[in-house]
Amino acid sequence: MNWLHTHLPILPVLLPSATAIVLLLLGDHGGDDASHGHRKLLWARRLALASVLSGLIISAALVYVAAGGELRAYLVGEWPAPYGIAIVIDRFSALMLLLTSLVALPVLWYATGGWDAHGRYFHALFQFQLMGLNGAFVTGDLFNLFVFFEVLLIASYVLMVHGQGAARFRVGLHYVVLNLAASALFLIGVSLLYAKTGTLNLADLALRVPKIEGPDAAVVQAAAWLLLVVFGFKAALLPLSLWLPATYAAACAPVAALFAIMTKVGVYSIWRVHGVVFGADAGASAYTVEPLLLPLALGTSVLGVLGALAAHTLERLVAWLTVASVGTVLVALALFNADAWSAGLYYMANSTLVIAALFLLAELVAAQRGDAADRLVPATPVAQPALLGGLLLLTAASASGLPPLPGFIGKLMLLEASTAHTWQIAVWVTVLGVGFLTLIGLARAGSIMFWHVRTDLPEGAASGASPKLIGATLLLIAATVAMSVFAAPIERYTAAAALQLGDRAAYARAVLGARGEATETTRPYTGRVDAPAGAASAGGPR
Amino acid sequence: MSISMEFLFATGIGWVVAVGIYLLLRGRSFVVVLGLSLIGYAVNVFIFTMGRLWSAAPPILGAKESITDPLPQALVLTAIVIGFATTGFVIELALRSRHDSGSDHVDGKPDAAEPR
Repeated sequence: MNWLHTHLPILPVLLPSATAIVLLLLGDHGGDDASHGHRKLLWARRLALASVLSGLIISAALVYVAAGGELRAYLVGEWPAPYGIAIVIDRFSALMLLLTSLVALPVLWYATGGWDAHGRYFHALFQFQLMGLNGAFVTGDLFNLFVFFEVLLIASYVLMVHGQGAARFRVGLHYVVLNLAASALFLIGVSLLYAKTGTLNLADLALRVPKIEGPDAAVVQAAAWLLLVVFGFKAALLPLSLWLPATYAAACAPVAALFAIMTKVGVYSIWRVHGVVFGADAGASAYTVEPLLLPLALGTSVLGVLGALAAHTLERLVAWLTVASVGTVLVALALFNADAWSAGLYYMANSTLVIAALFLLAELVAAQRGDAADRLVPATPVAQPALLGGLLLLTAASASGLPPLPGFIGKLMLLEASTAHTWQIAVWVTVLGVGFLTLIGLARAGSIMFWHVRTDLPEGAASGASPKLIGATLLLIAATVAMSVFAAPIERYTAAAALQLGDRAAYARAVLGARGEATETTRPYTGRVDAPAGAASAGGPR
Repeated sequence: MSISMEFLFATGIGWVVAVGIYLLLRGRSFVVVLGLSLIGYAVNVFIFTMGRLWSAAPPILGAKESITDPLPQALVLTAIVIGFATTGFVIELALRSRHDSGSDHVDGKPDAAEPR
């Protein structure tokens, strides 16, 4: 057990990657024409579900460890930080890992209801996606963050077009090209940071950036802005959010539900880099992006909910709600105080689960409406109006923030945290207004689909959804309701996580060891083996 | 007149990125992929130069008095590998999209809609 305890932090990355490789070796059932009962597919399902379930247990164990306040740094191959690969588990990382597993398990279970047979290697790609997500959440190094971004993206490119069709390929091409352009910007930002600080380790950066002044600080801040563009693109921050609804609405339901956690990788990275490294106590670069981040976040919320009101299909409505919820989380981030961050973490956990549940629910409803599918027009009544309508009502209430559901608790925490902030009025108006409009948007969709039914159309052959699909959706909704029931312990955890996140000294001590307390960590490289820091120009960069 | 290495690199990278952006904004997916590749090359050279430009300094410890920073070179290797793989993927995706929609246009418009 001691061995397990030592290597626990790396397991969330190793487990999905090992599972994915085994799934690749296992082979594929051979595409669309295979029957659902194919032997290889059955084994792939069992293996994938077992792996995700183990992942859930591991991340729960990590949350348990992190809740005690311990900040675990795992140095791969015992190479000392900042030179080797550092894996860092603090409360924030552990929370994101648990959230990923909580979304992944029901979504995978849902996918085994049939979607995984509509294309090839669904399960292997799903595991690679989880590997990338988990890796991005645990890494303590900016370049490794880039690598894990690419891992999760390349898996998401293929998952995005899973099920195929011309519409998916067209949107998929846009999605891939946009992401590749963003990756180029990511590399430019990262190398600019390296040029001025001589390090890419997040703990080391947090110590180095405050020491940079004068014209060098301008370069470092330019790097911060570039990284905001990259992470803002992933998170769908205002001017960069238009790709998201088209992409998520085109993807099949389980993939879109899994993508609900993918936007949070962008939010997570903004938190780590702009919230902490370029946050308070960053010297000349303190609060670099704050002046623009808050208005943009508020704008993202408003744009998201306006898009939801204008949506013609239920899936597009949910995709726009994803944008709105990301906006609310970023508002919390941009307030730059521990209470708001705690509220943001709580709201992010809840909204991710709710959005994932809504994507699954949207497909369940669409499947029972005959030719109208998910378009918001009057059509044949659904086969299970009470069950699906009730579930939609519950998730809608949580998404819009009605008490006593967790969306309400998260927003209340956010409103409380924003008092005395100069932007308080804007935050209150936006958060409350967006909540109200979310409710209107979902109520409109719900009343068209469940009440405004046409009896003149021939009865569709739609039967009720299979218990597996309903069960998976129920599991996600149960998780959000549980967040309301256990709100007090979760709130204590997020409050502690927010405080721990802002404590760059403790983070540096955990990762860099005793050297973390020394004033000088890594310095920009001078080209001399033993040259003192000041004598850089002797050899002369040429 | 001698041009400094820094000037040459900076203008060179800038020119390649400019060409890449121009191609990226075109309507045909093949040209867009070319633009992405060019931007990728420029970014790789940019990472390389962020370890400063040195001459006669190998990235080997103890080989000479002055050594160059090996880390950006390691980073650029990773970036090249990832860029190569993603470019391969996007070409395959573009081909498939072309096959399914019958057009090379990024929005899948029919060929007639786009002046050549």
